[in-house]
Amino acid sequence: MIADFNKVRPDHRIIFNFVQPRSNILDLGCGNGELLSFLNKEKDVRGQGIEIDEQAIYECVAKGLNVFHGDIDSGLAEYGDKSFDYVILNQTLQQVKRVRSVLDDALRVGKHVIVGLPNFAFYKARFQLFFEGRAPVTPSLPFGWHDSPNLHFSSIRDFIEYCSREKIRIDQSKYVSGRKEVILFPNLFAQIGIFLVSR
Amino acid sequence: MTPKKSIGIVETKYYACKEKLTLENNKKIGPLSIAYETYGELNQKKTNAILVLHALSGDAHAAGFHSDEKNPGWWDALIGPGKAFDTDKYFVICSNVLGGCKGTTGPSSINPDTGNPYALDFPQISIFDMVKCQKLLVDYLGIDKLLSVVGGSMGGMQALAWLRAYPDKISSVIPIATAIRHSPQQIAFNEVGRQAIMSDSNWKSGDYYGGSLPVKGLAVARMFGHITYMSDISMAAKFGRQKKQNQEPFKFTAADFEVEGYLHYHGDNFVKRFDANSYLYITKAMDNFDAGGDKPFEEAIRGVKAKVLVIAFKSDWLYPAYQSKEIVKACKLSGLEASYCEVNSTYGHDAFLIETEQETRLIGHFLNKVFYAAPRLI
Repeated sequence: MIADFNKVRPDHRIIFNFVQPRSNILDLGCGNGELLSFLNKEKDVRGQGIEIDEQAIYECVAKGLNVFHGDIDSGLAEYGDKSFDYVILNQTLQQVKRVRSVLDDALRVGKHVIVGLPNFAFYKARFQLFFEGRAPVTPSLPFGWHDSPNLHFSSIRDFIEYCSREKIRIDQSKYVSGRKEVILFPNLFAQIGIFLVSR
Repeated sequence: MTPKKSIGIVETKYYACKEKLTLENNKKIGPLSIAYETYGELNQKKTNAILVLHALSGDAHAAGFHSDEKNPGWWDALIGPGKAFDTDKYFVICSNVLGGCKGTTGPSSINPDTGNPYALDFPQISIFDMVKCQKLLVDYLGIDKLLSVVGGSMGGMQALAWLRAYPDKISSVIPIATAIRHSPQQIAFNEVGRQAIMSDSNWKSGDYYGGSLPVKGLAVARMFGHITYMSDISMAAKFGRQKKQNQEPFKFTAADFEVEGYLHYHGDNFVKRFDANSYLYITKAMDNFDAGGDKPFEEAIRGVKAKVLVIAFKSDWLYPAYQSKEIVKACKLSGLEASYCEVNSTYGHDAFLIETEQETRLIGHFLNKVFYAAPRLI
């Protein structure tokens, strides 16, 4: 059914597997709409994106997606409880001002929330920090200290501990380095973690 | 893609509607004349019709050229072969609003009961009445369902009124630089314009037809309007503090600065083409408008299937983006499929007539999706 599934971004592939067909999805920080468009075509989901970058909005509209231009720190108040099957926060949460309120809101409006985060404790990042004494720059954290849009830096362990403290259930988790899935010691060897969570 | 070119020579047509229209306030008006233009061809199934709605001072002439004029219609950059409203694909309709002075019945039209212009005997009209009048035209053209209704500013209000009044008769709606209802500030701006007209001694309680027109008052109203259509940045860029070239001995009545000359020019020009009483009636209709009618807007549109594309402009301080976000908020609350873009423009409210490249990108793709959307199987 999917011609070039292998060409799909690994995180998108994992999210694709998390999501049920024909579900109702809110993608927070949807960027140019690549993921939503993919889910739309291949899983027939009903999708809504929210994105702050104007140029990305044009790309989303060109893909035929429903998208709102705005910041997600204040974008969810109007949605009723559990009004989406899935709320996606893929590579977004590290850039919002108030992580707790955004994640709480996402868990309120979504039956499930999918969180994709870069892993700050990836071994190459540890290496750069420990041996080179530099703020790490890795494929999943590609920005220099001075121009990073990221406001929060967390490891896979940080997020898991946060979820347990905040009574957020982790229903599934997948870890990736490059294009490969990581099974052993993900907090050391994975560049990103993707979690299916609920409350 | 088809190269973008002009639709060419067009002409305004008139629909003489024999029926009387019952207005929102239960008064009746008729028979009606409705001035309209169409561009492109209506397809066999009549599924490709788009209604374009003009703003306060606009008219039915949205695109192409009249044979005796040099300038094209007011949205020519968006309507034509290969443009956002691609006339190779869509059938585009634009009509002059009820209460206007460009061919549709308004206060300057002849009252059949008296044989004289209506003047202030013209009944109070609303944005919903304008839309009702457009619906008569759409029915007359044999179109059951419009692919889209679209407009900026007051045109956007009409688009929202269509969504409220005839949700099953439209597949999509594109409100641009508009509001669900006017803020006190917007009402205040309009009131200054109206007071300027009414304080002109030639206005004579609206009974000026056939005599001297209240040109000074109308020109001041237009000048004031123009200020609110631009932005601090766009004025600085266009005029700076540049002085007029041929400086004569100082006179308060002459323009010192370029910006003054610009306002004078536009004020003087406006009175040649617009009726002061129409200005009063139409601005009142805008001020009284509430897209929800008797309900909160989000309740009024609940369950509606039409898709929505909302567009705002960053430097627009007459219809600030927060008002467009209220439309978006209502769509979220009522579960409508919607998109929103706040275009980064420095042109102020006028941006909806100027930022045609961004509008084309948004509208072209949006319409394409609506036009080719296959019925969803659930």
